[in-house]
Formats: sequence, C-alpha cells, structure tokens
Amino acid sequence: MSNQKIEVPAIGMGPLLRFSWRQLTSMRTALILLLMLGIAAIPGSLIPQRGQNPMKVQELFTQSPGLAKFYDALSLFDVYASPWFSAIYILLFLSLIGCVLPRSFEHFKAARALPPATPKNLNLMEHFATWSGEGNELDLAQKWFRRNRFRVKVDGNSLSAEKGFLRETGNLLFHLALIMVLFGVSFGALFGMKGDAIVNVGETFVNTTTSYDSISLGRLSNESSLAPFTITVNKFVAKYNAITSAPEDYTLNVTSKNSPESRENQNVIKVNSPLGFGSTNVYLQANGYSPIVTVRDKSNAIVFQGPVPFLPQDSNLTSIGAIKVPDMQPQIGFVASFLPTAARDKVKGGISAFPELLDPALLLSVWRGDLGLDRGIPQSVYRINTSKMEQIGLQSLKPGEIYTFADGSISFDGITPWVNLQIVRDPGKSFALVGSVLAIAGLLASLFGRRRRIWIRVTAQGKVEVAGLAKNAVAGLASEIETFVSAIRGKSEGAL
Amino acid sequence: MDNTSWAYLSNYLIYSAMAVFTLAFFAHAFETAWAVRTPSIATEKSEGNLLVKTFDFERTARTARIATAFMILGFLLLFSGVVARGISAHRVPWGNMYEFSITGAMAFTGAYLLALRKNDLRWLGLIVATAVLLTLGTAVTVLYRPSAPLVPALKSTWLVIHVSAAIVSGGVFLLANTIAATYLLLDRMEQRGGRNAWAKRLPTLEVLDQLCYRLVAFVFPLWTFAVIAGAIWAEHAWGRYWGWDPKETWAFITWVCYAAYLHARVTAGWRGRKAAWLCLLAGSTFLFNYVYVNIWGTGKHTYSGL
Repeated sequence: MSNQKIEVPAIGMGPLLRFSWRQLTSMRTALILLLMLGIAAIPGSLIPQRGQNPMKVQELFTQSPGLAKFYDALSLFDVYASPWFSAIYILLFLSLIGCVLPRSFEHFKAARALPPATPKNLNLMEHFATWSGEGNELDLAQKWFRRNRFRVKVDGNSLSAEKGFLRETGNLLFHLALIMVLFGVSFGALFGMKGDAIVNVGETFVNTTTSYDSISLGRLSNESSLAPFTITVNKFVAKYNAITSAPEDYTLNVTSKNSPESRENQNVIKVNSPLGFGSTNVYLQANGYSPIVTVRDKSNAIVFQGPVPFLPQDSNLTSIGAIKVPDMQPQIGFVASFLPTAARDKVKGGISAFPELLDPALLLSVWRGDLGLDRGIPQSVYRINTSKMEQIGLQSLKPGEIYTFADGSISFDGITPWVNLQIVRDPGKSFALVGSVLAIAGLLASLFGRRRRIWIRVTAQGKVEVAGLAKNAVAGLASEIETFVSAIRGKSEGAL
Repeated sequence: MDNTSWAYLSNYLIYSAMAVFTLAFFAHAFETAWAVRTPSIATEKSEGNLLVKTFDFERTARTARIATAFMILGFLLLFSGVVARGISAHRVPWGNMYEFSITGAMAFTGAYLLALRKNDLRWLGLIVATAVLLTLGTAVTVLYRPSAPLVPALKSTWLVIHVSAAIVSGGVFLLANTIAATYLLLDRMEQRGGRNAWAKRLPTLEVLDQLCYRLVAFVFPLWTFAVIAGAIWAEHAWGRYWGWDPKETWAFITWVCYAAYLHARVTAGWRGRKAAWLCLLAGSTFLFNYVYVNIWGTGKHTYSGL
C-alpha cells in the first residue's frame, strides 16, 4: 500500500489502466476499502441470514413480504456471499497484492544489499558520542555488531551497521499470510461440504447424501467424494442442573466404521470433541426426544410404527412434532407436543418442567383429511397444515397407553433420544490456520521490530565517533547505543 | 469451604471492591478539584519523549497516592472476588455476562495500573474509577446470576485461552478509547481558545495521541489472537471456524477498524483528531459487541444468562 502521488491520467487505455491500478493500490483506497468491509459486514449481524437462521428468514417472508423481497433483492439475507460484499473484499485483496508484491521484491533486494556508507558528519546525527580511542575500537565494534546480528559495511576507517529488517519482513509476512487465509477459506468453500442429520438412538447413519436432512456441497465438490463411513448411535446421555435445568454434559456413544468393510470402532462424541474421519468431522450439535408410536387402522393393521423426532421449544425440552400417516384413507395426522416432565402452566397449558424424562407425556390432537403431502411443496416434518383437515380427537398419553379414535388407534410405546449430527468436511482449514499463525507472527514482528543504524568512525586523530538513526522514530536506540559505547570503551580501557 | 460459601465470599469481595473503588473515586475527585485551583504552579518537565508532565503534584501528591493505593486495593479485592467465583463453580469464572463484567472491570483496572507504572496517568483515575463502578454496579444489580457449572459448549480449554485474550484486549481497548475521547475533548477546548482550568494539568495532545497508539499497537496482536483462538474453538465445538455469527461479525468489524487505525496512523500519517475518531469508532464496535450482541443478539454467543 504505497503512498504514491495521484497523477493526472493521459488519454488512452494503457495510461488509464495504470492510473486505475495506482489508485487501487494506494494506501488511501486500501483504508477506505478496509472500512467499507467493516461497514458492509454490519447488516449481516442485524438481518437474519439464510446460512445461519433460515427459519427467521422464512418468517420475515410471511410476516412482511414487501420488506423481505426488498432485502432479498439487495442480497441482504446472504450478505457474506453477496456480490457487493465480495466486490469489496476482492478489491481489497487485489489492492493488497498490488502493494505487497512489489514491496516484497524491493525488500528482498534491500535485505541483500549492504548498509549505505557512513555519513560524513556524524556529529550532526542523533545519539552522537565521541571520545579519544585506543585504536582497537573498530575491531571491538565489528565483534559487537556480529554478536548482535547487525549487518556491517566496512567503509574505510568506519563501520556502518544496520539491523531490524524484521519489521518490514513481518509486515509483508502479515499481509501475505492474510492472502493465505483467504485462499484457505475459498478452498474450503469450493471443495468442502456440510450437512445435518437427525439420528435416533439405536439407528445407523450411512454417509450418503440421502441420509442427510440438509446438505450443502461446495461448488467443486461432488456426492461421490463423501467418505464412506457409518455411525451407529448406541447411547446418548444428557445431564442437567437440577435447579436451573441448564445442560451440564452431553455424551454420545457410537460405533463407527471407516468403510462398510473395515472393522468397528467404539467412540465417544461430545460437544467440544468431534469424531474425525480423515478430513471429515462429525459434531454433536443438538438433541431432543423421539416418541415411539404405533398407529393402527380399524382392522388393527399397523399403518405406522417407529420413533418420530420432535423439535425442542425451550430449555426444558417442551417439544412439538407431527405424526403423519398418509397411508390411511382418509389420511390421518397427529399434531403433538411431547413433555419429558409434564406440568401445567396457566397461560401456556401443558409444558415441560425439566428436560429429563421424569414424567413423560404425549399430547395429541388427531386430524383427518388431506395432509397435503402430494402437492410437491416441501413442508416441515414438525408441523401439519390442517387447513384441509378436521379435528376428530384430543388425548394425553403416558408411555404404554393406547388411545382409540374413530378411524383407528395410536399407542405410545416409549421414548428414544435423537441427536443432530453435523458432518463437515473443510479441506481448506489447515491453510487458514497456518495463515493465521503466520499473520500473528508477522504482526508481532512488524509492530515491535525496530529498524536502526549505528555508525562508528575512528578519525585520523584517533578520535572515536559514534552515532545512530532509528527509522519510524521508535524509542530504545539511545540505550542500545549506550550499551554499545560502554562495551567498546570498557574493553579498550580495560586493555590498558 | 463448600461451593456456596465460596460464592458468598466472592459476592462480599466484589461488594468490598466496589466500596474501595468508591473511595478511590472520591480521592481522585478531590485530587482533581484541588489541582484545578493550582494551575499556576504547573510545571513542564519532559520525561523521555513519551510523556510530558504538565502539572505539579506537590499539593495533591498525597491524595493522588492514596487514590492509587485505593485503586490497587480495589483491584486486589476484585481479583480475589473473581478467583473465588471461579472456585465456587470449579471452573474459570467466564460463563455468563455477570462474570464477564466483573472480569472485564478487573482487566480495565489492571490495564490502567499497568500503564501507570510507566506513564503518569493519574489524571485518568477519575474516569477509570467511574467506569469500573458503573460496570460493577450493573453487574451486581442487573446481570447477577447464581454461580453454576458451565453449559457443555463452554467446556473447553479454549474458554480460558479465548476469553482471557478477549477480556484483556477489551480492557486495553477501553483504556485507549478513554484516552482518545480525552484527546478529542481537549482538542476541542484548544480549538476554542484554550483549555479549561481543570484540563490544564492533563498531558499535551501529542502525548495522548502517542499513548493511544501504543496501547492499540500493543493489544492488536492479542485481539487478533483472541479472534483466531475463537475460530479454532468454534471449529471444535460448532464444526466451522467462521460462520458470520453476530459475535464473530462484530469481532471482525472491531479488528478491521483497529487495523485501519494502525494503518492510518503508521502509513498514511493520520495523526491527532482523525486517528482519535477512528480509535473511538473501533472501541465503540467492541462495546457494541459486548452489550448488544450478548444481550439482544441471536447468534451462538448467547451466554449472558439473561
């Protein structure tokens, strides 16, 4: 980000391009882009984002469609993938590259060159000191410089020494490392994948796209690249604080296989310790309960059986869910709530008082009619659109109980927990990590490195002259020169 | 001692710290008031090229020393209170916003006391005492939550690394902010024809500018580290190292603003007013992140316990 003067562009494509390039790589532009990037990031933290909170986005579309459409037209639901956000950071990185690369070459050349010649009149420089010498000062100085890793140029009866290239090196390293971080982020986004799957305890997850509830593959990643592992969820234990209901520990025991042929491994997954399969990690993200139910028709034939995951609504795991039975004629749906520890609230009605299964209850309302599953519109598995249905029953069940309604019966057989496994593959993360570590190292070197020069000359009269110069006016050179002088003077006087 | 008594001890220590900070506040107020009446004896003395003493502490020296002693005592009490809170919960005391606030107040006082070792910053004491009292007051009244174990997501070594780095950075950022604000205030006074009597003893504008820069330059790498440590932890806990969660977004904005400040100051040669505004802006994004995102935010960093 060099500080070049603005030149008036001459007519023609070449000069115009050169002018634009200079403008882009100027410090001013970089600063403005940096601040613009900060400002552009703000709306994403205030407006719900598709990536983080798709439900909220959907809500806004139903509540105020006009505003939502306006937001959507400006990509405000996908700020960090929007053209305008991308434009800013791409320009910023171009500006950065355009500035850092030339500077790197220059620095490389300067680092290999010897320090410039000793100035004629050292007494005009800062930190000037002089005394009558013994004759061996230049040798002592040479040794001191070497010990303290100065680069030295012998210039007749004087030495010119320089140190502190680390500052510029660090500065350049920092900026190059940022480019590496960006590369890691892009690489991960292109070749990575991320998906979620709700798995009931007792079930097995097979890593193919059809097993996922939601999956997003990177642009250059394909379905066949999924690692062929399987995970059987054996046991899930959640511990809660008896007073606050706050979770204290989640432990998930699984049996995993790297591929269908490989041998089984027993693993534990916890919130802060994912299970890894090569570059793919499996995370424990959320959990809830799946009531296990059996629905029978009038002839007592089973039309539906199994665990149904319910969605937790509060910290006590009051959960809502829907049991859809499209195979009955007419179709039947159960709009349900599940309460791990049933209690009654004057306003909200049935709620859960504690997240563990102390007194579980399943509240059902039975609906008959058209579930609307055939219309091809995706709908929530936790909700039923009852607009084309009629309510035919209402019942609260304890585990083991059966409720018989006009068209059949439902039995509440038990409860199994479910866990939400998040499966992520990010092949770019090690680049991002190495880039970040290098960036910090570079930052430290550039902020605390000090570039300075020290000169020493022995005149024809045998007088010793010392002076120094610190770039960027950083402090500390005075005391360094003092040490230098006392090292040489002390030694030569000691030689007497 | 059992957990409950440690929790009570912690509360008593925090209240005692508040009492002592109140004393420090009055001592600083007294010192300031007294120094106002004696601007004529102010002397100028250069200490290196960093700080120029523009006022005489002869008459107020004892009060100033007492005030600083109170600040140190308050810091120690606060420190013990934070430690006792941690012992009561068997973990580092950074699980909810009450705990962030008392630790943050401790970091702010600590940053001030550390900076005091090298620079005569006692003129800042009144502001520091006020800010710490307000923070602690809010903490014990609005934000207080009983001591409890951590939620599973916070059970990680990274909690210690990430949060301590973030809190220390925050303390220093706020100190830099206080100095930048003072700069702008004094700058305005000088523009309008001269400093008010009470402000005559404060350092010159250049000194404030330099001090502000040094604090930011010192703590910017730490803040970078805090963000990166957070990213590593997020990768362990949430499956992605960066997800534009509101907290992450604002941490990024803060980082960008301070990066702009450092560039502006070092390379583009922005000094003085423009730099102070930029510093103030950057600090405000940090505060916004702490207050707004913790309490009203929707992201994954909702650990305030409110």
